[in-house]
Amino acid sequence: MADPIITARDVNIFYDTTQALFNVDLDILPNKVTALIGPSGCGKSTFLRAINRMNDLIPSCRMEGSLTIGNQDIYARDVDVVALRAQVGMVFQKPNPFPKSIFENVAYGLKIHKLTTSKSELQDRVEWSLKNAGLWSEVADRLDQPGNSLSGGQQQRLCIARAIAVQPKVILMDEPCSALDPIATAVVEELIDNLRKDYTIVIVTHSMQQAARISQRTAFFHLGKLVEFGDTKTVFTTPNDERTQNYITGRIG
Amino acid sequence: MIDFTKKAGFNLSTRHRAEQRFQWMGRSAIAISLLFLALMVGSIARDAGGVLRQAQIAIVVDLGAAQVDPADPANARYGAIVKSGLRDMFPDVSNRRDKKRLYNLVSPEGGFEVARKVAKKPDLLGGPQVLWLTASDDLDQYLRGKVDITLPENQRQVSDAEIAWIETLQSDGQLRRVINWGFLTNGDSREPEIAGILSAFVGSLYSLAVCFALAFPIGIGAAIYLEEFAPANRLSDLIEVNINNLAAVPSIVFGLLGLSIFLGVMGLPRSSPLVGGMVLALMTLPTIIIAARAALRSVPPSFKEAALAMGASPVQAVFHHVFPVAMPGMLTGAIVGMAQALGETAPLLMIGMVAFIVDIPESILEPATALPVQIFLWADSPERAFTEKTAAAIIVLLVFLIAMNLIAILLRRKLETRF
Repeated sequence: MADPIITARDVNIFYDTTQALFNVDLDILPNKVTALIGPSGCGKSTFLRAINRMNDLIPSCRMEGSLTIGNQDIYARDVDVVALRAQVGMVFQKPNPFPKSIFENVAYGLKIHKLTTSKSELQDRVEWSLKNAGLWSEVADRLDQPGNSLSGGQQQRLCIARAIAVQPKVILMDEPCSALDPIATAVVEELIDNLRKDYTIVIVTHSMQQAARISQRTAFFHLGKLVEFGDTKTVFTTPNDERTQNYITGRIG
Repeated sequence: MIDFTKKAGFNLSTRHRAEQRFQWMGRSAIAISLLFLALMVGSIARDAGGVLRQAQIAIVVDLGAAQVDPADPANARYGAIVKSGLRDMFPDVSNRRDKKRLYNLVSPEGGFEVARKVAKKPDLLGGPQVLWLTASDDLDQYLRGKVDITLPENQRQVSDAEIAWIETLQSDGQLRRVINWGFLTNGDSREPEIAGILSAFVGSLYSLAVCFALAFPIGIGAAIYLEEFAPANRLSDLIEVNINNLAAVPSIVFGLLGLSIFLGVMGLPRSSPLVGGMVLALMTLPTIIIAARAALRSVPPSFKEAALAMGASPVQAVFHHVFPVAMPGMLTGAIVGMAQALGETAPLLMIGMVAFIVDIPESILEPATALPVQIFLWADSPERAFTEKTAAAIIVLLVFLIAMNLIAILLRRKLETRF
């Protein structure tokens, strides 16, 4: 088995005095889709947001334990959050393209990180990102139109294109399909499966079927604790824990 | 089975009546406010109508070499020339008191008017010329039927003799009423027929420019810092409460502050639009900060979150994504604040912008007055013609305000991004 790219050891996260995560140990393997499932409020989104330190935006949020990416401590003092987030892209629950053109949306990360040296290189990278996000054929002739003129599913793929433009190592997805209809969801799911070749993907989802369809590894959270973690097939067919069994069969959650 | 056609038992008719009652109350509230608005605008417009035209008298003035030295026309005694022109028109007026009344038909500024015409067109010199000169406000009032001739002579502004002269002039075609451009192009004057709004308008414009240049960047900067970067602690809470309180401080207090600090301590020029603008900026700052913070808060947090997740620094996230979206709202807030500042009188009185300003100020350091102060000054004058000037000045102020609000709306339309 390959070395894990992200390692969580004894992670505890608090909001003020409320503890949201308890002693989480988790290894995320490269080029795999890892699904985080569990009922609302179980801490799966908190864990996801700890990986690119988006929790820093919440003043009351405090983290203990160790979380490393490629052997580097994410919460070390000398870590530059800007550099970290360039390595760890994120796609949100609700599609949130910038109120700018489709081109500008994808080019934004390239511009702020100064990843391209010429205009033609920038255009090539934008085209490459849109192609990899499976959106190019739909928007090639209207790159100058606002990103929010697209449909919901297209907007979400635009957000994925925006995230992969800077070629991060890891892409975090926080319920990326919850605002999409089944057809758009299917397109995004297929895209996620394709992206797995080049990126490591961690996805939070409320849909058990989705987790079963797209992930290779599944982690089940319950009340802030990591209850079960393993290959998706094993978790869904022969779970060790009774709570996992109850959740995936729909008896709790 | 429930019978939906049966109204009793559901209290439906009572509820319908209450609905109707409320709608009518709302409509009458709107009708009453519209009525008051119409009354106000109507009465102002009626008074201001008189300013539209101004009476002029045709007078033969002797600009021959004996009266005006062609080598030095600026130093001629044009006032006396106008007076002798009037005497020539009515040779039978002999006693001193009647002569004085006769001279009163023309504005006391008539001499200057001739001087200006000569300066503009030197070839008028050399002989007698017929010139149209601004008539006095009393003559103008009489022509417009504003003088009640049924009153006894000693109780009205225009005497019987003057009326006779005016009638003669009128039948000779030597009186006319022309569009009163002077109201828009002249500075203030003691004589209502000459007094114009331009000096006050320019003073207001300069003050507002200074106010905007100071209050907008400072206000926007403060709002962005407080809303996006300041740590949420007791100090920022205290600052927020104080800004809200400042917005409610009576404007005259800011005037006192300007008087003691800007004039007293810093020694800036008294009555100048610079100091006026600074005081107005102090007064407008809280309004701009509050409006700008509201505009920033209304930007969906998802933009900032998305930018941060892309690896943008907090400053980049704010200036690339939050600021442009909030800009129209911030501008609107600023313009509303400026409109408030435009109508402000009290603080300007405190720093001496209440002076009698004839010349149009040429810089922000020269003494000036402002539109609302000019209105206050004219409203204080006894001549009836100044009542009309007051109304006309109010209309100029209102047009200025409407123009500013229009700019605010257009800017918002143009800059608004939809999301």
